[in-house]
Amino acid sequence: MSFVARELGFAYGLHDASFELPPHGLISIAGPNGAGKSTLLGILAGLRSPYRGSCTYDGREMRQWPRRDFARSVAFLPQSVRLEFPFTAEEVVLMGRTPYASGWFQTPEDRAAAEDAMTTTDTLAFRARDFRTLSGGEKQRVILASALTQRPRVLLLDEPATHLDLRHQLSLYRLLRELAKTLLVVAVTHDLNIALQFSDRVMLLADGRIAGDGAPGEVLNPGLIAQVFGVQATMHGRWMTYEG
Amino acid sequence: MKASVLVSAAILVAVAIIAPLAGSSHIELGRAFAGVSPDHEIFFYARLPRVILALLAGSALSVTGVLFQCMLRDPLAEPYTLGVSSGASVGAVIAICLGFRATGLASLAGAALVLLMVLGMAVEGRRLSSFTLLLTGVTMNSMAFAVILFLHNLASFSQSFAISRWLMGGLESVEYSTLAWLAGVVLGTSALVMLWAPQWNLLAVGDDWAASRGVSTVRLTAMGYVTGSVLTGLVTALTGPIGFVGLIVPHALRLKLGADHRVLLPCAFLLGGAFLIVCDTLSRTVIAPTEIPVGVLTALCGGPFFLWLLKSKRRSLWL
Repeated sequence: MSFVARELGFAYGLHDASFELPPHGLISIAGPNGAGKSTLLGILAGLRSPYRGSCTYDGREMRQWPRRDFARSVAFLPQSVRLEFPFTAEEVVLMGRTPYASGWFQTPEDRAAAEDAMTTTDTLAFRARDFRTLSGGEKQRVILASALTQRPRVLLLDEPATHLDLRHQLSLYRLLRELAKTLLVVAVTHDLNIALQFSDRVMLLADGRIAGDGAPGEVLNPGLIAQVFGVQATMHGRWMTYEG
Repeated sequence: MKASVLVSAAILVAVAIIAPLAGSSHIELGRAFAGVSPDHEIFFYARLPRVILALLAGSALSVTGVLFQCMLRDPLAEPYTLGVSSGASVGAVIAICLGFRATGLASLAGAALVLLMVLGMAVEGRRLSSFTLLLTGVTMNSMAFAVILFLHNLASFSQSFAISRWLMGGLESVEYSTLAWLAGVVLGTSALVMLWAPQWNLLAVGDDWAASRGVSTVRLTAMGYVTGSVLTGLVTALTGPIGFVGLIVPHALRLKLGADHRVLLPCAFLLGGAFLIVCDTLSRTVIAPTEIPVGVLTALCGGPFFLWLLKSKRRSLWL
């Protein structure tokens, strides 16, 4: 097990969440706005504290993890990154090496990790460009590359496909699917079809509580969707349509 | 990376050698070093201390500008944004109104008081957000400005003149002993800021971004605020507020060199110093023997240059 949560809660946003996450696979966290998705992801990323109950990673309570050690294992991707300053794409990627840095200068190993990650995410072509001039899809891939240079065992993503067009959404999720063979990938998403197609497991949140947790086909059924989202869903094989 | 730091150092050395030779009365370096009057006095007691003060003040303000813009993720931030220099100004104005001679010490006390007050207000438990820091600092600025207006209103004619002169800012020759401890603190504090350059890069992107990559953001933000305030407070106590350096030098350098703080901070230190030396030299030579306040020149020299830089780069940056 990687993450184990017992009666996890946070302020007003999350209550009594208990679950265990496996060492690899793609897990989608879905639910209406304000259901506690980002709060849950923030706790898993070590960014929201103090929380109630218990949440351990690798057998160790979150608050006991030294930040640097944790960052060598778990990488967090924010929904979007808005830069005020002219960092290049490659500089943004290399920031992921911070938990391994021993000094002021980048090592050949850092550069190799960045090269690897940029190859995986197909971002080498614009490595020297100002990050701010990249398109939404390119930015998202650069941020993913940055997370990969942390050589993580877990990737936590907050709505990674929000700013992407349909083609880029699919290619991002195909890449996440590929990565999920060896890593644990946890992604918050609003797109139930994406969750259905790509994830091994869906956690459905409603009003800060876990309303459903299991295989996508079981959790995302018209009854539970009507109860949680207040819309009428119809299944068409592995796709669904909804109307309110 | 190394090249830009070396070029910046070369520019600073060149400027620092030429500047003390320029002035309203012509002097020769050979005569100055041989101890011949009046060249010796002019060089060693009028011009050189002033060039060194300009160097240290320009360096400190530029480094702080880079630091505060990064920490607050606000391109409009400058060394005076977070309140410390207003505290220094209030201290100096009170000293002038009460007839104290030691305006420098009084402004140091004012700066220290504001530093502690802002930290006390902005730190809640073990949390410190740069946004709270920004709001607290800006509020301190407004309150300090109100106190200065009030005191200015009560002041006599000659005190009022002294207050205006102080608030304009300016470089005057100071004792070598003062310069020595100023140099010690400015060099030490700037070195500390540069040591954390890789972490500033992450903080410039965002708090969560930095924290999820292993940076202790609260400690780093607090350290950034304290070091930047020490640099600004000390310099302001000796020169008064000199505008524009801490805002424009960081931006001009980012347009040329990019945002990596490992390059940006050393270059800001070197070229910020060079820039203020140039402005001060112009301020005492252009319409000699009358001096133009150096703050006027930093804006008049730096402004057009920066606008040109902005225009030439704008297309590629989509600014």
